Amino acid sequence: GRGRGRGRGQMTFNVEAVGIGKGDALPPPTLQPSPLFPALERRAAPLPGGEEGEYMLALKQELRRAMRGLPYFVKPGAPRRDIERYSDKYQLSSPVDSAIDWNPDWRRLPRELKIRVRRLRKGRTAPLVPKQHVALDKEETIKKLESLEKKEEEVTSEEEEEKEEEEEGKEEEEEEYDEEEHEEETDYVLSYFDNGESFGPDSDDNGDEAVY
Amino acid sequence: MTQAELRLCSLLLQEHFGEIVEKVGNSLLRTGPRPLRLLVGDTGLLPDQVKKALCVLIQHNLVRYEVQPRGSVEYEARSERILRILRYPRYIYTAKTLYGDPGELLVEELLLHGHLSMSCAVAKVADRLTETMEDGKTMDYSEVSSTFVRLADTHFIQRCPMVPESPQSAKAPPPPAPALAIAEKDMYIVPRLNLVGKGKRRHSCDEEEEGEHKAKRQKQEGGTSETPPDDGIYWQVNLERFHQHFRDQALVSAVASRMDQTSSEVVRTMLRMSEVTTASGASHTQPLSSNEIFRSLPAGYNIGKQVLDQYLALLADDPLEFVGKSGDSGGGTYTVSILWGGTWPYRAPPSPVQHPSLIPLLLHRFGSRCARIFRLLLRKKHLEQKQVEDFAMIPAKEAKDMLYRMLSENLVSLQEIPKTPDHAPSRTFYLYTVNVMAAARMLLHRCYKSVANLMERRQHEMRENKRLLEKSQRVEAILASMQATGAEAAQLHEVEEMITGPERQQLETLKRNVNKIDASENQVDETIFVLESFIESTMKKP
Repeated sequence: GRGRGRGRGQMTFNVEAVGIGKGDALPPPTLQPSPLFPALERRAAPLPGGEEGEYMLALKQELRRAMRGLPYFVKPGAPRRDIERYSDKYQLSSPVDSAIDWNPDWRRLPRELKIRVRRLRKGRTAPLVPKQHVALDKEETIKKLESLEKKEEEVTSEEEEEKEEEEEGKEEEEEEYDEEEHEEETDYVLSYFDNGESFGPDSDDNGDEAVY
Repeated sequence: MTQAELRLCSLLLQEHFGEIVEKVGNSLLRTGPRPLRLLVGDTGLLPDQVKKALCVLIQHNLVRYEVQPRGSVEYEARSERILRILRYPRYIYTAKTLYGDPGELLVEELLLHGHLSMSCAVAKVADRLTETMEDGKTMDYSEVSSTFVRLADTHFIQRCPMVPESPQSAKAPPPPAPALAIAEKDMYIVPRLNLVGKGKRRHSCDEEEEGEHKAKRQKQEGGTSETPPDDGIYWQVNLERFHQHFRDQALVSAVASRMDQTSSEVVRTMLRMSEVTTASGASHTQPLSSNEIFRSLPAGYNIGKQVLDQYLALLADDPLEFVGKSGDSGGGTYTVSILWGGTWPYRAPPSPVQHPSLIPLLLHRFGSRCARIFRLLLRKKHLEQKQVEDFAMIPAKEAKDMLYRMLSENLVSLQEIPKTPDHAPSRTFYLYTVNVMAAARMLLHRCYKSVANLMERRQHEMRENKRLLEKSQRVEAILASMQATGAEAAQLHEVEEMITGPERQQLETLKRNVNKIDASENQVDETIFVLESFIESTMKKP
């Protein structure tokens, strides 16, 4: 037969050649997958420290942080609300699926990839090519008023704005974004608008009840 | 692609570009090149989201596209390029050591944005440098431009393939995607630009004035900056050149550790002279005459011509064959062999060069004795069980145990040599041997797995402490705004107290752990580089 029964444990090659002598206890058979965290026999060598290591570490973390803020970090668009609310007009702009937040060179990309480029937020720095001088002056004045108005807003939204302004190119826009024009018309400072939704989904209904 | 590589690519994409891009990249990596509509179907994302993701990936050279004969466009992910994201800090740091702050920021901006035009890059970097300067000072464009030119001259950055100047024929419809191409000779030509200007600060002390001035300035520049003069010419980082630099560095340090500082300087000089003349895959540099080398030595090294010749002779005679003598003209011409382990293992057997001594370092995990056995096997190629014990001077039982463990990890393999045609086990030699390529590949696979594990662990740590992190960020924001409005020390102290002692400790521990993990990732990437270079260069050998 094949060595079943008699002479059990024989193998096709000479076991001694590999170094397992006769009568040596073989390690017990493995009945389960190896443990997830096997015991460390030796500690790993310490990481090389020094200026180079420190600097590269800082660079790495900085890069990670920076890339999350760039428009290349694609976020899913905000889900549609159940009802269109009046306050939606005045909310800080959230990601939108149907627009891309930066302006690639479309000549270098396949045509099928082209989607609308979103012009981010207010305070467009490059005025449109003026058709008439009068129109330009008015726009300039409006812009000056705008910019003065903006100063009153909170620090955080201002930083966001300036960050986005930096990212914008000075190139001509293909399509106007409606949000802009609405925002320019308002007299109210947008950050003051609080639609009270942060207090819970049914805040409107429970307004009269006592709070315990 | 191995599972380990796929997983690592996935994590890198997700960490740097978000989940949408990760999903698209993943789909391309796992299933291969496909057109847009299949991608949309596969990922379950909205078409616009997929388009955005593809734009981002193409911008960063992580995906390429090709027009198929039927007219559809297929997209293909470049896995090896995605893995390079891990090495970005090293590229940036190298640029800093070579070209200072402007160089560092230029390379960083190019990596962050994928590719940029020269005018754009210079403007961004000038702005960033201005931010760091004292009030009232600005960085001039010319300094940044000159650094840019130097980077291009030494091939660290290169031009991207360009859109062809197609003669527009009215009848033929434009192709669905442009065929980008660039000639080798054009890759490093910097366009003649007259970039005049200074960096601008984002915040200035007098904000109201700034607002008005900004509006006026934009109006003036609005007319001229419609199309920048270098429109259509984009630049990207030349990763291969950086890799070449890393290899050179490693070679120089190997020579330094084997011989002395001066000989390493000689080799460094030779490499520097051949930087741009050596093709990226070449096994040797161009021959350099010793006269040329003598002239190019750095100013500080006052060694005589004869001394230099002696050094060169020593280097050429060294069994590791870093330097080879290739002729006698001009006082003797020499080349540097830049293949990893240049002459090993196919020519006359010298002892293993630098990289295989890396592997014993990795075997630290198994112990220094295992490393000794491994080095022995590398040197002697095939050894019997008994011979291993004898040469390595390790007791039999230990040696058997170690060999067996290495065998189970596939670092070492058994070679059968039968004495009789019937391959009877008792009459066959069993020799231990090292298959270097297999071992290198296995280790590389392990490295990818390690980095992926490290990243996952790091993300886990951040997720676990998310609440605490957010709280500390809020507190810092409050502190900053309070300090800006001039609050008293007592009030500031009160706000600081919002984070309790134990919480502070928790944050400290978190920071320490994350730093350790990040540093480890950098470290593993160094190993990945060595192994990848080795495998690549060995496969190229005729």
